[in-house]
Amino acid sequence: MNPITNASRRGFLKGLAGTGAFVLGVRYLPGMAVPEDLPAYRTDADLATLHPSVFLGLNTDGTVFMVAHRSEMGTVIRSTLPLVVADELDADWKRVKIDQAIGDPRYGDQNTDGSHSIRSFYDVMRLAGATARLMLIQAAAEQWGVAPSQCNTGLHAVVHPATGRRLGYGELAMAASKLPVPKKEDVQLKSKTAWRYIGKGMDSYDLADICTGRAVYGMDAHVQGMVFASIEHPPVFGGKVKSYDAQAPLQVAGVHQTIAIDPFQPPCAFQPLGGVAVIADNTWAAFQGRKKLNVSWDNGPNESYNSDEYEKELWKAARQPSKVIRTHGDVDLAFAQGGQIYEADYYVPLLAHASMEPMVALAEFKDGKVTAWAPSQNPQAAQDIISKELGIPKENVICHVTLLGGGFGRKSKPDYVAEAAVLSKKVGRPVKVVWTREDDIKFDYYNAVAAMYIKASLDAKGKPTAWLQRSVFPPITSIFDVNAVYGDPGHLQQGWTDVPYDIPNLRVENGAAKAHVRIGWLRSVANIYHGFAVQTFTDELAHRAGRDPVEYLLELIGPDRRLDFKGVNYPNYGASLDTYPWETRRLRQVTEMVAEKSGWKKRKLRKGAGIGIAAHRSFLTYVATVVEVEVSDDGTIKIPRVDTVVDAGLVVNPEITRAQFEGAAVFGTSVARSGEITAKNGIIEQSNFADYAVARINEAPYQTNVYIVDSDAPPAGVGEPGVPPFIPALCNAVFAATGKRIRELPLSRTNLGKSS
Amino acid sequence: MIQLRVNDIDRSFDGNPDMPLLWYLRDILGLTGTKFGCGIGLCGSCTVHKNGQAIRACITPMSAAAGGQITTIEGIGAHGLHSVQKAWMQINVPQCGYCQPGQMMQAIALLAATPKPTDEQIDDGMAANICRCGTYQRIRAAIKVAAEERA
Repeated sequence: MNPITNASRRGFLKGLAGTGAFVLGVRYLPGMAVPEDLPAYRTDADLATLHPSVFLGLNTDGTVFMVAHRSEMGTVIRSTLPLVVADELDADWKRVKIDQAIGDPRYGDQNTDGSHSIRSFYDVMRLAGATARLMLIQAAAEQWGVAPSQCNTGLHAVVHPATGRRLGYGELAMAASKLPVPKKEDVQLKSKTAWRYIGKGMDSYDLADICTGRAVYGMDAHVQGMVFASIEHPPVFGGKVKSYDAQAPLQVAGVHQTIAIDPFQPPCAFQPLGGVAVIADNTWAAFQGRKKLNVSWDNGPNESYNSDEYEKELWKAARQPSKVIRTHGDVDLAFAQGGQIYEADYYVPLLAHASMEPMVALAEFKDGKVTAWAPSQNPQAAQDIISKELGIPKENVICHVTLLGGGFGRKSKPDYVAEAAVLSKKVGRPVKVVWTREDDIKFDYYNAVAAMYIKASLDAKGKPTAWLQRSVFPPITSIFDVNAVYGDPGHLQQGWTDVPYDIPNLRVENGAAKAHVRIGWLRSVANIYHGFAVQTFTDELAHRAGRDPVEYLLELIGPDRRLDFKGVNYPNYGASLDTYPWETRRLRQVTEMVAEKSGWKKRKLRKGAGIGIAAHRSFLTYVATVVEVEVSDDGTIKIPRVDTVVDAGLVVNPEITRAQFEGAAVFGTSVARSGEITAKNGIIEQSNFADYAVARINEAPYQTNVYIVDSDAPPAGVGEPGVPPFIPALCNAVFAATGKRIRELPLSRTNLGKSS
Repeated sequence: MIQLRVNDIDRSFDGNPDMPLLWYLRDILGLTGTKFGCGIGLCGSCTVHKNGQAIRACITPMSAAAGGQITTIEGIGAHGLHSVQKAWMQINVPQCGYCQPGQMMQAIALLAATPKPTDEQIDDGMAANICRCGTYQRIRAAIKVAAEERA
């Protein structure tokens, strides 16, 4: 056994957890030489006897080490990708140990966003497991003097069926490690019928730790000698410190010093926002010291940003001809030819992520190198920004990834990790930066505010013959390019470029909007506002035509076909259209199935209740949702039941997938009920859960039923696709219940009570 | 000097009596199972028990914790899993899990006061605890499982 194995991070964590003094990230004991030919940080898999891939290793005691290189924020990806490896390896899950990867390009992409972890790494993980399995078979065959083709594997062992001989994986590890790693083309993957775990699933590896309070999140990271920092950020985006009281905070017991952090150089990207930090012995002292800073600010040009006026500008812009994204037929001609014209405007405000764990990171700068521990969705980006901020090579930045207390896209932007590194260099000790909830709400990368306009020309039966849709929103790309005002293809594609309806004349447009805050991706991103507009407008047209909304929706989806994006910039979430075509059949099927499962036509509803439907494809997954809502006389809404049908292709972990869609319904409820961030004089007006309310148990859907379509299509996303159809389905249900059409979010803008 | 008992261990604290119990537990005792979520008693992530009652540690100054028996998630499971923890695992409640220590501490207090809670009583009892991942329907199911178990 390699003696270094015992010095693993996990070993240390477990060993010291009971003392209440955590030491994280100690890979090498003091005085232990790090071999020069190996990466600066090695996982248990790297150190294992047999390690044919960066993703797994096998020791002679039969322990299998798996590397989770994607971040765990509740989707159980940290367990599910290793589960795929375990299946191909025929490994006993009980003998699997998971090691969380640091940020390191050798794993490929680690930005855990865009609902693509399974999609992008399913084949990689299968190959890793199957390669190791083949090596173990070869090693056993050699010992037995038989052909490898005569051997097979059982659970954690190679067997020779003809003689009943059997060798455990641990016994074979050493011999297998002497064999060359087989070529990809020589490795055979299991057939579906032989799958042990894929499609059946497994609980989270971290379930017991979470339920006993032992799980380590970024907020819980600790190294000896660390100090705590709380940062007063410029209240207006792009503002700078003019002056502050460096002495007054020192009156607070436990406060050591105050440190100014430079403002960012535009574009902001993931740079720290700047401001003044208070360094203290504990978190609370840092918070208290901060109250005495009395900072005076130069707010800069974004001081003139007011959400009220900005909203009016967006509404107006959505009515102006703008950049054409996709077009076929001749919409203008069709509109000029008469027919009934129907048009509507929609609006969705800025949204904050509000993950339960606010931004937090621990970093230590020492001898020109940084070691960071962070709840990051994007550890390689953390390495990048720290390297730039401190002027050190990226290789000299190690970013450990803790569990994340929620992420929803916010923790893909490592500004808060960079803050800890910058401060550690100035303080000369490890620094843990802790954001308050107020910091989290006020200094987010917000989901874009959007105004949308849709116009249709309708035939005698109320079916569209022409359809024009235009959306205007400050783009995410504005954080990387201060002049960016148009949506980029990656976000326009989200429920907008790909409107799937069978309409002879169609035009999709995008107008310009300048950002005055940091814009970022949030669970489902542009699909939130685009899905809301398209699926609400569809319901409006159905009611206008006196048609059943499900039948009308199916008619618009039209005949089974693959959407043709010739001449259109449609990135398809980075996937090939050959492997992941846009198939209207699948959208139709989930719609039909949700109508059936929800008892759409047969459902007996209580007084004041209504049901609504919406269907949407995002992150390559097809989802249709029916929501039942009850609206009381005073306008209070309750959501007794949600039915969601999901076609995400192959689903590795069905129970966990169901949980993602249950959660998406709650996330959507928060967006729809009360999600709204506003600015006045450039300052965000909301600050905590009192004025940025998220759904509570008594406000969330009572029961969400999730049905997963049995599919052999390649795997697609499950973390985000549940949100986009939920919101319009809820709003369409509100219309069914009250006759009040919701064209702007959140619902709190509309009085749903009887008196209005 | 403030005296208190945390998870059956006597402790004394001579710092600022205004310091919230949350930061004493987390930064001084290293009991990080109790989480920081909002700092103003709105989310319930910091829920612990004082003399068996659920309280928000983030708005409980040390002066108010003085003399109390404080129990955290670490203390609940000290002698084997609590029925609520078992139910949480059985129903697979957590997603990110950050709020769940607070949810479980609240649920334990709820079940102590109301051994067989109705849906409405669960909603009332748990409405102060936010879960941003949206695990509420499983929380409700797990509370019912734990209630059965205890019956």
